[in-house]
Amino acid sequence: MTSTQQAAEQRTDGVVLSLRGISKHFGAVAALTDVDLDVPAGHVVAVVGDNGAGKSTLVKILSGVHPPDSGTICFDAKEVSIPTPAAAHRLGIATVFQDLALCENLNVIQNLFLGQEVRPLRLNEVEMETRSWDLLRQLSAKIPSVRVPVASLSGGQRQTVAIARSLLGEPKVIILDEPTAALGVAQTAEVLNLVERLREHGLGVIMISHNMADVKAVADTVAVLRLGRNNGVFPVADVSTEDIIAAITGATDNAVSQRNERSQARQARDKEGLSS
Amino acid sequence: MNTMVTTDRQDERLQSRVGVRGAITDVIERARGGDLGVIPVAVGLVVIWSVLQALNPVFLSSANLVNLTLESAAVGIIALGIVCVLLVAQIDLSVGSVSGLSGAVLGVLFVLQGLPIWVAITAAVVMGAVIGWLYAQLFNRFGVPSFVITLAGLLAFLGLQLYVLRTRGSINLPFDSGLVHFAQLAFVPAWLSYTLAVLAAAGLFASGYVHARERRKAGLSANSVTMLAVRSAALLAVLVFVVWYLGRTRGVGWMFVLFVGLVLVMHYLLSRTRWGRSVYAVGGNVEAARRAGINVKAVYTSVFVLCSTFAAVGGILAAARLAAVNQSSGGGDVNLNAIAAAVIGGTSLFGGRGTAFSALLGIIVIQSISSGLTLLNLDSSIRFVVTGVVLLLAVVVDSVARKSRTSHGRA
Repeated sequence: MTSTQQAAEQRTDGVVLSLRGISKHFGAVAALTDVDLDVPAGHVVAVVGDNGAGKSTLVKILSGVHPPDSGTICFDAKEVSIPTPAAAHRLGIATVFQDLALCENLNVIQNLFLGQEVRPLRLNEVEMETRSWDLLRQLSAKIPSVRVPVASLSGGQRQTVAIARSLLGEPKVIILDEPTAALGVAQTAEVLNLVERLREHGLGVIMISHNMADVKAVADTVAVLRLGRNNGVFPVADVSTEDIIAAITGATDNAVSQRNERSQARQARDKEGLSS
Repeated sequence: MNTMVTTDRQDERLQSRVGVRGAITDVIERARGGDLGVIPVAVGLVVIWSVLQALNPVFLSSANLVNLTLESAAVGIIALGIVCVLLVAQIDLSVGSVSGLSGAVLGVLFVLQGLPIWVAITAAVVMGAVIGWLYAQLFNRFGVPSFVITLAGLLAFLGLQLYVLRTRGSINLPFDSGLVHFAQLAFVPAWLSYTLAVLAAAGLFASGYVHARERRKAGLSANSVTMLAVRSAALLAVLVFVVWYLGRTRGVGWMFVLFVGLVLVMHYLLSRTRWGRSVYAVGGNVEAARRAGINVKAVYTSVFVLCSTFAAVGGILAAARLAAVNQSSGGGDVNLNAIAAAVIGGTSLFGGRGTAFSALLGIIVIQSISSGLTLLNLDSSIRFVVTGVVLLLAVVVDSVARKSRTSHGRA
């Protein structure tokens, strides 16, 4: 457990969001048991785990969809409860769900400001458009026009719009649920750049992901969930993909590790062959 | 003109289209992508008018067109309500019955009970609002599809209308009442018509100019003054021609002005307020709207109430126009005409797409067909068939355009 301790030392100060002993049951099924998680400001925490490990439940607890059965949530060093999505929003926790929840018939500006339009009785389109551009520029987003319906945007661009929208409320923590799941290579790179930029802006980012390459690319810390329990928190810099996968599956012997061993053995053999 | 590129035009992938020519290219491009807007209805109107005029030269006469505008107001107002429900991807099939019931309530309270006219009108309108609220409660609480709720309403309120009229079967409204006068004989004086036309064009220019100035101040691209002037001049020319042509006989009826006024009010509400945004959002993606913090149930309630209220108002005007209410008021093709008008005008049955103006354009198409076929002395059997075919065509255009939008990434 040395790696866990190291990770704990890293996040000495500036922890925005901290979970302690979170449990959640659905009937007889314990979806989460005693889960701890810390999210420092300006850090990207990747939450990984197999299907059914409790990642989605964790997201739902943090975004106010389900309240936890037990455990404490501390936000800005104050203990808080998050009973509704609106409460999460007020605290400063923004969630970008996997399905993005955009209205395809509305344009980018209308989607960004949906539900929080400027001047409700005589919409201030000019201010909304200016602020949209500011926001997208902050993210260095590549969206040619904000007056086109979201339907005409690519997957990466839609993800950008969804993330930009979550930034409107000036959150301190942003939760990205599988942000790269349905994206191509270029678009994935675009979204990962975006995550980098969120970190630069000092936000705490929780990124749910299945993709180890993405995790290695942008995350600072990886928290592994397995069967609803913590199964290690690793600093990304000094952990191998195999270790993460081992923590996810709970076994050291699997296809990835086997292939790795084989290739390492082959490399070793090759070296021997060269030296002899 | 400063040469600096405006904030919204910096992306190199954007093709710059400026001026009047650019605007026309834009429209063509959008239509190719399936964003047809008012093109189908405009083309349809030209075809229908040409055919009917060729068959009977009276059709485009000033007298007939004046009649057409007056006839279209009542059902047009009902269609305005239908536009709102269609925008949230729901439907109200009972508008005909509700309008008939509203007329019956008006007749009973005003003629049989002898209450003041404004009391009778208020009662009928409030009844419409209550019916809409009832639909919304059933929809929101029990999740019954609006199709079924309003189909039940269609039958139930038809029954109620027959019950209200049971002793008489038909009630005549006195010709000297203000309401009948308003619907049959009240026309805008010529000078006022021209003034209104000029005011409308000036208003369009002024609002466009103020908006463009605000945008330029914020560093965004904006319409040029020439562009705005051309647009206003075109509107002015059209309005002045309409006023002049209708003015050759009776002129522009106040009832039609009321209808156009309501269309403008609804256009403002739908496009310039937070409520309007939420209506489009709910029609586009309910779940997204809910997560954006929109009170989806309240939006549904407002829309159903609005639709039934407009149906009641339409019923009152139809009664006034006929100077009578009877058991067949609001029956027959009123229901279908109102829905057809909204769809023909370009409001999508799939929700989230359409404008208040589609009620105005659509009802003019529907009423033209009805008026033209009446002039040809064809009976209602053929009228029903033709209206049905036109409605079907409109829905086909809507569906094809939707497919095209999907393939052009604009759905």
